[in-house]
Amino acid sequence: MILCADNISLSRGARLVLDQVSVRLEPGKITAICGANGAGKSSLLMALAGLLETKVGCVLLAENELSGLHPQIRAQRIGYLPQEAEIAWDVAVENLVRLGRMPYRDRGDAAVEAAIAALDLEGLRHRPASQLSGGEKARALLARVLAGEPQWILADEPLAALDLAHQQTLLSHLRKAANAGAGVVIVMHDLATAMNHADRVIVLSEDEFAGHVAADGAPEEALSAHNIKRVWGVDARWIGEPGARALMTY
Amino acid sequence: MNRAALLFAALLVILLPLSLLAGRVWLDPFTDPRASLILMELRLPRALLAIVIGAGLGAAGAAMQGYLRNPLADPGLFGIAPMAALGAVASLWLGVSASQWTLPVMALAGAALGMALLAIIAGRTGGIALFTLAGLMIASLAGALTALAITLAPSAFAMSEIVMWLNGALTDRSWRDVYLAAPLVLAGIALLGIKARSLDALTLGEVAARSMGARADLLLALLVGGVGLTVGASVAVAGIIGFVGLIVPHLVRPLTDRLPSSLILPSALAGACLVLAADSVVRILPLVTELRLGIALSLLGAPFFLWLLLKMRRGRL
Repeated sequence: MILCADNISLSRGARLVLDQVSVRLEPGKITAICGANGAGKSSLLMALAGLLETKVGCVLLAENELSGLHPQIRAQRIGYLPQEAEIAWDVAVENLVRLGRMPYRDRGDAAVEAAIAALDLEGLRHRPASQLSGGEKARALLARVLAGEPQWILADEPLAALDLAHQQTLLSHLRKAANAGAGVVIVMHDLATAMNHADRVIVLSEDEFAGHVAADGAPEEALSAHNIKRVWGVDARWIGEPGARALMTY
Repeated sequence: MNRAALLFAALLVILLPLSLLAGRVWLDPFTDPRASLILMELRLPRALLAIVIGAGLGAAGAAMQGYLRNPLADPGLFGIAPMAALGAVASLWLGVSASQWTLPVMALAGAALGMALLAIIAGRTGGIALFTLAGLMIASLAGALTALAITLAPSAFAMSEIVMWLNGALTDRSWRDVYLAAPLVLAGIALLGIKARSLDALTLGEVAARSMGARADLLLALLVGGVGLTVGASVAVAGIIGFVGLIVPHLVRPLTDRLPSSLILPSALAGACLVLAADSVVRILPLVTELRLGIALSLLGAPFFLWLLLKMRRGRL
C-alpha cells in the first residue's frame, strides 16, 4: 500500500511551508525525514497522515486520495505520533495504550499486550501518566500507535526523549514492523541515527520562499557531506563503516 | 456500567425516598392522610426535577472538562447558561411570564441563540481555543445584558423577581417542569454520550485525536447540542444552578479510569445525587425563608474550587 504525496504545497496561516513536494513511500522500509528547523518536516509528516489540508496537490494511499477516506478507515491504516507528548488526564499506561484501538472500536487485547511488551512497559502497566518520566511517556505514546496495528507508522521525533538503550529498542521494533510489511516514516534530527537505521532519507531544506526536497535517496547519498554542507551549512565528515557511521563536525 | 456509576446509582436509590420524606415537616407516609397528595403533587416532581437537572449539569460538566482537557472547565463557560438566563430575564422584564410556558420557552430560546452564536463564531474548524474564547465572550455579553435588565427593571417587583429567579431554586415546581426538562436533558445526555470515545482521544491532544479518527466538527456539534439541551433546559426550569458541573466530575474521577468517556454516566448520577441532596437540605434548614438552591450550591462550590486550585498548585492534580 503505497503512500504518496503528489506535488503538494502546504501553508500554515499565511506562510507557505512546503512548495510542490512529491514523495512516493513504499511499505516495508524505514524512511527518515531530516532537515533544518522550519524546513517543513513535521508539516510533511502531518500531510502524509492526512491531518493537514494541502493547498495544492494531494496525498494518496494506495492510489486513493487520503482526504476522501473515512477518518476511521484512515486511522486504521495510518498511525501518527505527534511531537508533543501531551496526556491531559492521569490515565494509567495500559488504558493509554488501549486508546490506540479507537479506530477499530474494540478492546484488541492481543494488540495492546503486544505493544506493551514491545516497548518494555510491562512493569509500568498500572502507573498513572503523571508518574512517568519523559522517556516512559514517549514509549507509552508510541505503544498507543503500535496497538492500532497500522500499515503506516508516522512518528514525529519519537527518539528525542529516549535514552540510548530505549532508542535502540524502539528502532529495533520499528525495524521489525517494517520487516513485517508496515511502512515507517520518522522525522528525526539525529543524522547518524538516520544514516545507520533508515533505508531511505528525505532531506528538506528551506529557501527564501518555502521548504522543498533537497535530497532523497539512500542514506549514504542523501546525507553526503556535500548535502549536509548545502542544507545545514555545517562542515562534516562521516567516519566508520556503513551501518555504524558517526558524524564528525568541524 | 462502571463501578462509579453503580455506586452513585445505589446512592440515588437511597437518597430519593429520604428526599421525598424530608422537609420542614417530615412526612409519615403511613399515618398522614395527606401524604400521597403531598408526595405526588409536591415532593415527587421536585425530587425528579432535582435528579434531572443534576444529571444534566453533571454530564455536561464531565463532557466539557473532557473536551477542554481542563479540570476547571464548567458548562457555564460556553455562555449557554448565561444566555438561557438572559432569555428568562427578558421574559420577566417584559412581564410576559404570565403564561406558565413563556419563561422556560424564552430561556430555551436564549440557550439556542447562544448555541447558534457559538456555531457561527467558532464554526467547523475554529479549534478549541477560539471556541472557549467565543463562549467566554458570549457569557460576558449575556451577563452584562442581564445586569442591565436588572438596573433598568420597570418596577421594584420585577427587579426582585429577576434577582430571585437568577439564584436558581426548585421551590414550587410541578410536573409541568418535569415534562419540559426531562426529555430535553435526557436527549442532551445522549448526545454527550455518543462521541465520548472521541473525548478520550482528545486526552492526547487535538492532532492525535484527529489521527485516531475523531472528527472535530462532529464532536463540537454534538457537544454544543448536548450542553445546550442539558444546561438550557436546567436554566429554563430552575434558574442558574452553578458549580454542579464543576464539582461533580472531580468527585467521580478518582473512582474511574479517568478517561472522559468513563465519567459521563457516573457524573450524571452523581450530579443527580448532589442536587437532590442539596435541595433536601435547603428544605430542612430552619430559616425563615428557604435558602435558594443556587446560593447553597455556590456556598458549597466556591470553597471547593479554592481547594481545587490549592491542590493544583501543589501539583497533585
